[in-house]
This record gives sequence, C-alpha cells and structure tokens, in this order.
Amino acid sequence: MTHEQNRKIQNYAALSLSGLAALFGLFWLVFILGDVLVHGIGALRMDLFFKDGVPAGMTGGGLRHAFVGQLMVTLAATLIGVPVGVLGGTFLAEYARGRTFARVISVLADIMVSVPSIVIGAFVYAIMVRPLHHFSGWAGAVALAMIMIPVVLRTTEDMLSLVPWTIREAAFALGAPYYKVIIQVVYRGAATGILTGILLSIARVAGETAPLLFTSFNNTFFSTNMNGPMASLTVTIFQYAMGPYDDWHRQAWAASFVITLFILGLTVTGRALLKWRYKK
Amino acid sequence: MTQALELEVRNLHFFYNGDNHALRDISLPIQDRKVTALIGPSGCGKTTLLRCFNRMHDLYPRHRYEGEIIFEGRNILSDAEDLIKLRSRIGMVFQKPTPFPMSIAENIAYGLRLKGLRSKSELVDRIERALKQAALWDEVRGKLNNSAYDLSGGQQQRLVIARALAVEPDILLFDEPTSALDPISTAKIEELIASLKQYVTIIIVTHNMQQAARVSDMTGFMYLGELVEFGTTEKIFTTPEKKQTDDYITGRFG
Repeated sequence: MTHEQNRKIQNYAALSLSGLAALFGLFWLVFILGDVLVHGIGALRMDLFFKDGVPAGMTGGGLRHAFVGQLMVTLAATLIGVPVGVLGGTFLAEYARGRTFARVISVLADIMVSVPSIVIGAFVYAIMVRPLHHFSGWAGAVALAMIMIPVVLRTTEDMLSLVPWTIREAAFALGAPYYKVIIQVVYRGAATGILTGILLSIARVAGETAPLLFTSFNNTFFSTNMNGPMASLTVTIFQYAMGPYDDWHRQAWAASFVITLFILGLTVTGRALLKWRYKK
Repeated sequence: MTQALELEVRNLHFFYNGDNHALRDISLPIQDRKVTALIGPSGCGKTTLLRCFNRMHDLYPRHRYEGEIIFEGRNILSDAEDLIKLRSRIGMVFQKPTPFPMSIAENIAYGLRLKGLRSKSELVDRIERALKQAALWDEVRGKLNNSAYDLSGGQQQRLVIARALAVEPDILLFDEPTSALDPISTAKIEELIASLKQYVTIIIVTHNMQQAARVSDMTGFMYLGELVEFGTTEKIFTTPEKKQTDDYITGRFG
C-alpha cells in the first residue's frame, strides 16, 4: 500500500469515527427534545398558566403558583447577579487589567462556573436558611445569583477586553475621566456582548433545580412572599414527576415543555444578538 | 523674526519602567499656529515625545518625566497639572482611526458634552462647524445618525480630527495619522492639516519624510531618544547642519 492510500484510509477512519460520535450525541439530543415536545404539547392546557395546584390526587388545576414563583426568584436572582457580575467584570477588565490578582479572580470565576450547583444550594442553606430557620424565595434568588455571577463576570470581562485599547486612549485624549470612558464609550462597544452574556446566564439558572431544593424549597400554594418558601417550575417538575398521579405526570411534562422552550428562546436570542454584533 | 511660542520643551527626559531612558535632554520650541514635524527612524522616541505633551504616559504605571514643558506659563509636567483640562486643550489624533461605537454626530458631540455643553442647537452648530473644518461635511451631511463605523478609513480619520477640533483645542497632536491610509486619503488629510494651521498649533509625528516636507513649517530630527537637529523644514531638508540628519533625509539610513 502506498503512503497516499494509507493516508486516505486514515482520513476516512477518522471521519467515520467522529461522524458516528456526532450522530450518537445528536440522537439523544433529538430524542430528549422530541420526547419533551410530544408529551409536552399533548399535556398543555390553558389551566396550566391560570390555575394553582389542587390537593394531591385530585385532577385538574395548574401550575400558576410555580410559574409566578419561578419568575420572581429568577428575576430577583438577575437583579442581584447582573450588577455584581457586570461591575466585577468591569473591574477585572478595566481597573485591574493585566494585574496578577485579576487573572487569579478570572480563573477562580471559571472554576465557579463548573462547581456543581447543588454545592451552591447547600452553601446558601448554611448561610441563609439555617440562620433564619426557614426556606425563602430570597435564599433561592441568592443561590441562583451565585451561579449567574461568574458567568456574567467572565463574559463582561471578555467583551470589554475585545474593545480596542486605542479607543480608550482616544477618549482619554479628549479629556474624559476613566469612569466616563467606561460608561459612555467602552460599554457601548461591548453592549450586545454583555447583554448576550446576561441572557445566557439567565437561561443557565432558569433550569436549575438542585440549588433551589435547599433554599426556596417548594410551596403547593400561590405565594408572592419572597420571605417564605416558594414554588418553582423545576422543583415542581421534580416533585410531580416522582409522584404517583397521572395528572401530576401530565403537568410535569407540560411544565418541562414550557421551561425548555423558554430557555431555548433565551439561548437563541443570545446567539442571534452575538451574531448580529459581529456582522457589523 | 520672533514667533509667538505655544509650547516650550526644556531639558526633557523621559523614562519607561523606571529606568528605560527613552528621551534624553530634549529642548524644543513649538511655535503658535505652525506645523511642527518630528521625524526619525523607528524607536527614536518621536511618539514618546508627542505623548508627553498631553501626558498620555500617565495612563500607564512606572513612567517618569524630568525637565519641563511650558504651556501658558506653567510646567504641564508638574503633579498639580489637571490632566482632564490639559487634554481638552491639547487634542490627539492616532495612527489608526479611533471612532467611538456611536453615530457620526454623537462622536463629535462626545467631546463637547465632556466640556459641559448641553444646548441641543449649539451642539448641532458645533458638529457642523467641526465637520466642515475637517472637510468631511459634504460627504456625511445627510447621514449624521449613521454609525461612524460605516465610514471608510480615511473618512473615519477625518471624523476623528473633527471630533478633536470640535472642543476647540489650542494644539493638535498627530501620531502618524496617515500610516493606515491609502494615498488618496493621505493627500486629503495632508491638505486638511495645512488648512488647520489657521485654527490650531500642530505637532505631527511621521515616518514619511516627504509628508514632513509637504506639511510642516518646522522639523525636528530625532535619533536614539535625542533631538539631533531642529529648524525650519526648508533648512532641515536642504541644508542640514548635522551629518546624521543629512544621511537620514537622503535615505542613507533609517
């Protein structure tokens, strides 16, 4: 066999193996999404959004309490996590640019991104739930915010670093103080990138269950009190899917469908924004 | 003949990173409403000198100035100097065009707003005047709200010049303003620089000796951090006193 033939065979082998691996991954992805889609659409009722849960075992009712709880906890987490993440990223990319400790914080944030979320849930349980002696929506929001912060922080840092340094020099040369350079020039250059990071971080936490189990826990009733336990879609899906009733299973499917669609929408919007930014 | 002085550099030394001696004992007069060119081979310190005039070095740690630059009777290298005010009086145009990520009009309004200008009608007037001074008005008049990134490189550079002019500085510093541009855009910028003399004092760093000969009134030749020779452009390019200068402008080295 000639050297060229040998190379060709190796090429085909590599191509087939990686192709097969991709197909294998894709198969499960389509399976999961398809399953959620098929079961979810069939299970969808308007009651799901407008009625609260009914006592266990009874048929009917909806998940309004869980939707509202989920929205409130996620919104509160965003309000806590986004400012901290954006300001922290700004500090790293601007004021501490090039310093060793900025690099250390970046690496730590990267590690934080991959910390199992249940560890964060347990941590917030220890610092908030135990001292206060009760589960609360706030504790859930803090846990989700802790997951968001490193994501937002790193995206902000990366996006700010992409703004050419000469643009900042030009603004300084006009007599701008640093905070105005950052707010009026650098943020504008990095706005879509940062917004994308924020959307993707919301998408990341919206599907979290583990950190909420220890913090906002669950609530079978409609509640807007962030100081008490709160229902969330993810924990409710967990509870309903594990439960013995067919109607619970149906609602869990429907809720899974809605939350998957929500996260998909956020992710697609984020990606589209990013693409739009780089086309300019 | 005596000329009004805008700036005077006296025995200036500059150090990067504490001990890298980049400028050595530079003394140089900058005349009011004239174009002064700084020429010399790469690494000779001409950009370093230019960036002393608006204290750009202060953005970075571990730099040190020695000596004086006198502007309006005071030494602008003193620690007490208000850099924000100084930079609004001494503007700068960079090698690569540096439009901000905003519209053409907002780019020019930026410096004006920094100076506290709020009145909408005055902003509109000043934007138009600056664009006319920078010979860009006819090309952008209908699209002031378009992104500055839609402009060509040469137009962007003129926009940046307009932005610097809008705040009515006394001095404009040009750091190789045409090295990223094509010949036609370069010609336009050179014409523009010649016409701007009526409003501002100009100091230009350039790699291109023909450019220095075309646009400047005074020329300084720098080599290894020293100012080798300074005089009228005509004299430097026809009868230089130092052999080094002669060698450089005739292309024997550099």
